[in-house]
Amino acid sequence: MKAIYKHELKGYSTNITAYVFGVFILLFAGIYTMVYNLGHQVVNFEFVPGSMPYIFLVGVPILTMRVMAEERKQKTDQLLYSLPISMNKIVWGKYLAMLTVFAIPLLIICVYPLILRTYGNVPLTTAYSTMLGFFFLGAALIAIGMFISSLTESQPVAAGLCFIVMLVNYYISSLLSFVSTTARTNMIVVTFLAAAIAYLIYTMTQSSTVSLACAVAMEAVICFTFLRNSASYEGLLTKIGSHISLFDRFENFYQGSFDLTTLVFYISIIAVFLFLCVQSMEKRRWS
Amino acid sequence: MIEVRNLTKLYGDHAAVSDLSFTIEKGQIYGFLGPNGAGKSTTMNIMTGCLAATSGEVKIGGYDIVEEPQKAKKLIGYLPELPPLYPDQTPKEYLEFVAEAKGVPRSKAKEQIAHAMQVTQIDDVQNRLCKNLSKGYRQRVGIAQALLGDPEVIILDEPTVGLDPKQIIEIRDLIRELGKEHTVILSSHILSEVQAVCETILIINKGKLVACDTAENLENFFSGRFELKLTADCGKDKALELVSAVEGLSVDDADENDGKTVLTVTTQREDTDQICRELFFSFSGAQTPILSMSAAKASLEDVFMKLTQGEDEDAAEQESAEEAQDQPVSAEDAQVIAPEEYKEEA
Repeated sequence: MKAIYKHELKGYSTNITAYVFGVFILLFAGIYTMVYNLGHQVVNFEFVPGSMPYIFLVGVPILTMRVMAEERKQKTDQLLYSLPISMNKIVWGKYLAMLTVFAIPLLIICVYPLILRTYGNVPLTTAYSTMLGFFFLGAALIAIGMFISSLTESQPVAAGLCFIVMLVNYYISSLLSFVSTTARTNMIVVTFLAAAIAYLIYTMTQSSTVSLACAVAMEAVICFTFLRNSASYEGLLTKIGSHISLFDRFENFYQGSFDLTTLVFYISIIAVFLFLCVQSMEKRRWS
Repeated sequence: MIEVRNLTKLYGDHAAVSDLSFTIEKGQIYGFLGPNGAGKSTTMNIMTGCLAATSGEVKIGGYDIVEEPQKAKKLIGYLPELPPLYPDQTPKEYLEFVAEAKGVPRSKAKEQIAHAMQVTQIDDVQNRLCKNLSKGYRQRVGIAQALLGDPEVIILDEPTVGLDPKQIIEIRDLIRELGKEHTVILSSHILSEVQAVCETILIINKGKLVACDTAENLENFFSGRFELKLTADCGKDKALELVSAVEGLSVDDADENDGKTVLTVTTQREDTDQICRELFFSFSGAQTPILSMSAAKASLEDVFMKLTQGEDEDAAEQESAEEAQDQPVSAEDAQVIAPEEYKEEA
């Protein structure tokens, strides 16, 4: 894993994307610090990372598009497959290298509150807990981007797909607020979602019995809960939306509360998508 | 050293490799020979763990490549069809990375890298970027990579493809050199190459092993007959008449050109020198000069063609029949084809 990590970091040091990504973050952090803290004399530094999540919409695709796709295109994945290292370690090595690239500008930004503090009373706890939340939000999004990159061998396709996923994730709760909140509509949409999941299972396992069983089980649960307590379906989608939107959950941090559940949520997202990434790489061995 | 048993790889309905079994002994150079698309690369990819087989098993030094991949892969150095180089790295950086990834201890890594660069002669280019290297040098860096970690088996997939003749000779010498210390398996669709370098030849066609033996044995086995090429300074009819005076000969081919006749004569007789004598006296008795006479041994090329072509034709027929069956243009067409198929099966 160490070899892969070092190799990847070396790769980023000679590649422009890592620098573009770093400069991008620093530029926006600089602008917001100027405007909020220096221009408007606000003492709360947490507004700076709090206003910045949208940079991930562009930043994450730029950083992650090549990580797996390029290996496949250059056929260097053959080397990775033939090395006596497990795919798990390869994926984690690559991921940690990306996290390092992401952490460097954040560490620089972490100096800003200390500088500001010499001129006034800056609440450091909130500032740093927001920075921590910002880091984990980015880490979770990078894991998603990495998984997407493992699906294709074309960098532009990976970047485009990643951008769309980021965008949907960013706007999901506002998009879902357009859906009617009545229990019936929600129930129907959830039914379709269950069907879609069952189809996804079918494409992955190619087993019609398993996917059918899953579909029947899910529909049964949906119907049962709906008949028992239809009120629980009211506004369900909006609730789901705000739960799965990584961006929405970040708000808790800069509103001043250190949200441990969200951190755990981000970490689980990382674990799930890296696991999927490993599976997607392993699957290629079997096709 | 390597055991491959009942290996099968299906791509959809198409079998790239079907029921392939062979054993590789330690300390020899093996050649995988087969026409394009015979399943050589697929087999090598499966042997090195880059691809999973549909069924069957591969054991490297007793370790199953699927069950204990780490241990098995430590015993192999692999050069895929395209050398897996990172374009933005220099060969030196690249080799350092591979050595570390293969778990070579730091103290040994430097020495091994220097050794690998020396035998593949890439010292001169070690600080250039891989993307600026010529195909020949890339291939060598790929081979150097395979040598790291001092693996017992080195697997090279078409190591000389795309090289110029001088480079090909150099790489062949290198492979021979490697064969002294390692077990080497290389694949090629070029016969002379395999013949020049390998001790044992495995001929693969349509994903099946059709022959596995030394080059000499393969030639001897298939050359049960003696073939003679003869040019006589006379017309075709006379030449045929004179040849038929010698017992036990059959004429495969006779061509008259410019008053000269070129004959290809085959026989099952063992006393080949005696045949030549008899032919000579037969022609000289009729005052007809023999312009040239040479014995042609069945070459490995013939063996290869015989082994791979017969099956090709069968398969082609089968395929065309299948295609026709899959997409009948009209009901009539389908009916026309069906009886033929029955005949074939019967």
